[in-house]
Amino acid sequence: MEDVYQELARIVGPAYVSNQPEERFIYSRDPGTMEPREPDFVVLPATTDEVQKIVLLANRKKVPLVPMGGGLVLSGLSRPLKGGIVLDLKRMNRILEVNEKSRYVLVEAGTSQGMLQAYLQKNHPTLKHSVPDSPPMATIGGNVLIHGSGHLSHAAGFHSEMLNGLEAVLPTGEVVKIGSCSISPYWFGRAPLPDLAGLFLGWFGTTGVVTKVAIKLYPNRPWQDVGVFVTEDPELVPEVFYQAAGVQVAEDITAWMAPKPDWARGFQHVNINYAADTPEELIWKRNLIRASLKKLIDQKTGGFLPLPPPMKKNFLEAPQTTLAQFADVRKGGGFEYVGGIMPIELFPNAYRAGIEIAARQGTTYSTGARIIGPGHCMMFFFAYPFNRADEADVERARRALEETNGLVLDLGGIPWKAEAPAQRQILGRMDPGTLNLMDRIRAMLDPQGIMNPGNWEVR
Amino acid sequence: MEFADILHRCFRCGYCKFPDNYQDFNCPSYSKFRFETYSPGGRMWLLRAWLNQEIKTSPRLAEILFSCATCGNCVERCVFPKFKDDILHAFLAAREEMVNQGIVPPAVRDYLKALQVHGNPYKLPGGEREKWSTGLDLEPYAGQEYLFHAGCVGSLDERGMKMARSVVVLLKWLGVPFGVLGAGEICDGNEARSLGEKGVFQSLREQNLQAFRTLGVKKVIALSPHAYHAFKNDYPRDPAPFEVFHYTQVLGARAKKLSGLSSANGLRVTYHDPCYLGRHNQEYQAPRRALKSVPGLQLVEMGRVKGNSFCCGGGGGNFFTDLLGGGPESPARARVREAAGTGASVLAVACPNCARMLEDAVKAQDLQGEITVKEISEIIQGPMQT
Repeated sequence: MEDVYQELARIVGPAYVSNQPEERFIYSRDPGTMEPREPDFVVLPATTDEVQKIVLLANRKKVPLVPMGGGLVLSGLSRPLKGGIVLDLKRMNRILEVNEKSRYVLVEAGTSQGMLQAYLQKNHPTLKHSVPDSPPMATIGGNVLIHGSGHLSHAAGFHSEMLNGLEAVLPTGEVVKIGSCSISPYWFGRAPLPDLAGLFLGWFGTTGVVTKVAIKLYPNRPWQDVGVFVTEDPELVPEVFYQAAGVQVAEDITAWMAPKPDWARGFQHVNINYAADTPEELIWKRNLIRASLKKLIDQKTGGFLPLPPPMKKNFLEAPQTTLAQFADVRKGGGFEYVGGIMPIELFPNAYRAGIEIAARQGTTYSTGARIIGPGHCMMFFFAYPFNRADEADVERARRALEETNGLVLDLGGIPWKAEAPAQRQILGRMDPGTLNLMDRIRAMLDPQGIMNPGNWEVR
Repeated sequence: MEFADILHRCFRCGYCKFPDNYQDFNCPSYSKFRFETYSPGGRMWLLRAWLNQEIKTSPRLAEILFSCATCGNCVERCVFPKFKDDILHAFLAAREEMVNQGIVPPAVRDYLKALQVHGNPYKLPGGEREKWSTGLDLEPYAGQEYLFHAGCVGSLDERGMKMARSVVVLLKWLGVPFGVLGAGEICDGNEARSLGEKGVFQSLREQNLQAFRTLGVKKVIALSPHAYHAFKNDYPRDPAPFEVFHYTQVLGARAKKLSGLSSANGLRVTYHDPCYLGRHNQEYQAPRRALKSVPGLQLVEMGRVKGNSFCCGGGGGNFFTDLLGGGPESPARARVREAAGTGASVLAVACPNCARMLEDAVKAQDLQGEITVKEISEIIQGPMQT
């Protein structure tokens, strides 16, 4: 392996490659519950050219290659399950182009959510991108590729739907451009071409290394507000989603349910975030949203919560910094969640079953949901905190997650950014024709089987 | 190890790598090395693994630990209020552990050795400490209201000496009554403390306290924010045997008088908050008040200021050990690029370490034609400066 190290050092420079125990330890794990798997090397490329050379090297040497963004999926997707090279892409973080009129930005895939947010705020304050609730270290490329969602997902869908185009290094080393950029100097979209972006979306780095992405931008309206609709009846929540989403004036609709603080227990809270260019427009939108839920308010089955300013400020923050604090609930630096992508009518069943699982596994929980598009589906999350220093507690969370993944599938949903064991659960239920197609695509793109092996393993 | 009980509580969410506006990485060692291991969260997890014997002691681990600039950005930005205040304490406790085991990087060992043997990191005889004041006709301390403390860098580093001379000339012009210890001055010990050498720090602290007691010192003006920090927070506090001021606080309090000294029509200046004055001690206004006393001076702020300031890379002993120096990604070079990006022609500093670090970085970055590093008293005195 010394020759691989030397070649990697020649490609990226000795300062940006490591085979030392310290890097091998840290890059063997993420903050979730999955068992560590050590890489042989960690490499930090700075350009597509360097990525290409690394991919060609990995091909020649038949060494596994695992692309990594922020490393914050929590489900262990950037752990090198079969060793090899972890490719930390965060040095590839240049913001290459903002097209104000056509509202898109082209970035290197390792650009962090935070840096793009800051860049737009400073240089293009009338525009914003959809910020996920992951910490600002999460990368634009990584989040798009796992079908992430965020603060504009009600308005515009999954982050993968906001993808205009990408550049990728194929597992065999060729560099390809996908979308309008394959023909035109503009990265305006994926239509009207055959949509090859699907070869990379949701594949967890098993089909290549995405090095650039162009994503859609949206108006950054100066006036913002949030309303929190509360009901005690989980059966009503799909109707709340349906009505509030149907108005199509909100940017983001999320739900949250937690046993703590005490005042929140037993209630379903639906946050409806909206924004406007003027105070008058904001009031108009507020009135439309309230009118959409008037029937439920009149029936006294729900109503809007008066929000103290600190709570409102927290709910308007993107990303919400307080969400990470869930990791300290057990005083142990850990939580992981199952994000079930499912139809909104499954909300009550998912909610009840999630609480039952937490009780059965002896752990606490937090659940919630984000509406995707105008109510076309939701990402329902079941989050379980754990104490990293207490292996029994970690195991409790692990069991709860495993059971929850099964539950999501049983309900008719699909676990999002699934851990390797959950991927096997998904593949076990997949239509055989689809399974076969996945297998053929993978074999065609990656004949050596070097890309993030152990994930989406059909065979 | 002290504070070991917080290590597993870090989630490695990474908020600690950023300033509050997320514009760039704000952890100096992560910004330079870019491996997760060099981030605060990486250190937390590695230290836990080290204590659990999952990883062994190694030169790499020592470099990871000692390349922390102790700038405090992680403490400022961590989203876990129940243990964030102890993050740096945990890093310092681990350094102490490594010092005790004799497994520190060679540059750290050399620094501590020089301090032990010579009383300063420059391996110079004690008599050299008074040379910075040659020709200034400064009074030896003999009961004046203030003792002026130049510190190791202010006494023995060429850039530091220039800064010390400028500051005392201004203090004299202002009529501030002060004296100096000259060759009798002793290192404040802040860098020894931040490098985990508690024994040496305690010894220096006792020597200083003894000297101050004997001389009846009641008020100290520190040139260096590092000394200011140590005197204020790591010397006895309840009761404090003496009051300590950073020199910019003395200048800031006399801003009105300073305003008659010189003018700087249209001079665009950006100010770099030193970590040990700003983030560690929350003093953001006094240096700005002092700068704004100059008629016509235009203060333009960088994106990362005050609690979000980006360290020059010279904190936590790195000024001497240089574990963060070298290359375009060094924190100092990143900082001068940011400063030049404001359009300012002067980068104002209030710390001798920052002055040296950033001045060298301007040269390395080839920005001499665009921006000049100047210490605050140098700017205030303008052409009058001696």
